[in-house]
Amino acid sequence: MQDELSLKKKAEDALNKSAAYGEDFNLDDYEIASREEKITEDLTKLSSDDQKTLLNVGVVPNEENRSGTFIMLNNAVSHASVKQDDEVELMSHQDAIKKYDWVKDYSWKLVKPDADKYTAMTYLQNADGYFIRAPAGKKSKMPVQTCLLIGSKEVSQTVHNIIVVEEGAQLDVITGCSTRKGVEKGLHLGISEMYVKKGATLNFTMIHNWAEQIGVRPRTVVHVEEGGTYINNYITLKSVRSIQMYPTVLLEGKGAFTRLNSIGVAHPGSELDLGSRVIFNAPDTKAELISRTITTGGKVIARGEMIGNADGAKGHLECHGLVLSSEGTQRAIPILEANVEDIELSHEAAVGRIAREQIEYLMARGLTEEEAVGMIVRGFLDVGIQGIPDELKASIDETIAKIGEKAI
Amino acid sequence: MLEIQNLTVEIGGRRILNGINLNVEDGFKNVLFGPNGAGKSALLMTLMGFSGYKVVEGKIIFKGEDITNMSVYERAQMGLGIMAQRPPNMSGVKLRNLLDVISKNDSKYDELAETLDMVRFLDRDINVGFSGGEIKRSELLQLSVQNPDMVLLDEPESGVDLVSIEQLGITIKNLLGGKGKCAGERCKHGKSALIITHTGQVLDYVEADRGFILCNGRVMCSGNPHEMLEDIKSQGYEECVKCKMNYL
Repeated sequence: MQDELSLKKKAEDALNKSAAYGEDFNLDDYEIASREEKITEDLTKLSSDDQKTLLNVGVVPNEENRSGTFIMLNNAVSHASVKQDDEVELMSHQDAIKKYDWVKDYSWKLVKPDADKYTAMTYLQNADGYFIRAPAGKKSKMPVQTCLLIGSKEVSQTVHNIIVVEEGAQLDVITGCSTRKGVEKGLHLGISEMYVKKGATLNFTMIHNWAEQIGVRPRTVVHVEEGGTYINNYITLKSVRSIQMYPTVLLEGKGAFTRLNSIGVAHPGSELDLGSRVIFNAPDTKAELISRTITTGGKVIARGEMIGNADGAKGHLECHGLVLSSEGTQRAIPILEANVEDIELSHEAAVGRIAREQIEYLMARGLTEEEAVGMIVRGFLDVGIQGIPDELKASIDETIAKIGEKAI
Repeated sequence: MLEIQNLTVEIGGRRILNGINLNVEDGFKNVLFGPNGAGKSALLMTLMGFSGYKVVEGKIIFKGEDITNMSVYERAQMGLGIMAQRPPNMSGVKLRNLLDVISKNDSKYDELAETLDMVRFLDRDINVGFSGGEIKRSELLQLSVQNPDMVLLDEPESGVDLVSIEQLGITIKNLLGGKGKCAGERCKHGKSALIITHTGQVLDYVEADRGFILCNGRVMCSGNPHEMLEDIKSQGYEECVKCKMNYL
């Protein structure tokens, strides 16, 4: 109790604490999103606009090829279902705390409530979110899909998610974050704490599809035990006001591995401050960070950080940024830190325009300049992310085609 | 098919081709000889319209149209195709994807990919990590799918191992050859080609019609390609320069 009180005090004190990076949003400018929303059992009964919104972030309304579905609308859970209980457990964070005593030990352990004003606000609101657990040894064949949707204008949404993949289990999660049609302005604050236990694997894909005046402040920390694997794919291709995140993976067990792929397009007026950090705290741990970003007029800051604290750690960081407009900015900030002797960390970073000779090479095969740029951009952004539904692929293709047109 | 008239080209302000006059008639396969740095590749790159090759004088006429100021795309659409010597690394662009686009999603290239031993490269990024010979086979596969009316081949045999060279030669022959067999009417069948070769190995597969020797950005002389190759093999290029000097 004392603990909770002191955390609460710390959070209250942090309510005005700006984050280290990114535009400083005033929390008072946004109404707190509703905690009461209608439950929707059958997602195919949603309006066609809502269904399209879900599809565009990889969430399939008919739940085909998905082992479970969770929808958070504003600050309320509006849908939670699983196909097979024994393979994966999915419920709201608040329900999980009621069901299991131990869940509180996983809550606010990796992310500190007083890290900045956004974590503080989320803590103080006792935000809900999803709780996903893959029981020991269970390997679900289909991914769990979740959607965090801002459904009202000029509100702040706070979310707190927990994922636990127990020993030897395997879990795929697709999380789509979006706004309902017509919602242009808002704030999304999302805390995610993920635990990958011994020998377990978590494939986590996050797709952002926001609107022009949305501020986005995810706060994610992942804890990986011995022999565990954490794969993260992050995609944001549409206009947004500002995304700032710096997900951190803690490799805490021998031989743990992580790969983080980030793909982002900064349109005019957008600021993408996309970081990823790996801390090698156990021997023989490995990591790959890959960032591919494009600016068509917005600002990109791609931060990549690797901190080696244990022998045998190996990591590579690749940070490539395409500049398709003189209005845009690309800043790549790779950071490598070795604190013991037996460490191999490397990086390659490059920013600039598409090489003219690459475009002309394709034109010599009969492609128009537009088609050539589109093909190169598509290839640039393709880091081999699996399990994306066709509708989302089509939407990605459409975005890329538009980028191709604009680039000329 | 192709008329090059008094073509003078600069790269970054440096003159690289000087008053080139050269024709390739319909169905003819002409050969460009010349020492390293003579401007042979620059000529092919200029014909295809790649940027960086600035035409300061002269004209390129293709199929009766002046293409000197056309884009690379327009030239390709008109039926010009190239097998480049040093194509760029196309990170992220899979060979299969490009072939699908070139063939307009008609996947007839499977057999040829098999023949050229390129099947295992279809899902790789074009030219990235390819050996010299693999680049040639990949270029030839793309060019065959593209099926242009006139092909520009820049040292098609260089870097290719002895086993692959036969397959490469046969594929080039098939690409260039027409249905007809009449030696007397070459203009009525087959494609036109301008081929750069140092070793002449490709001439074992392609019946060459005329040879040109390029030195210091100028055409030194033209003639029977086989005789030229023999002369170059026995006397080097020195003789050609002398020949030109005497002529002047």
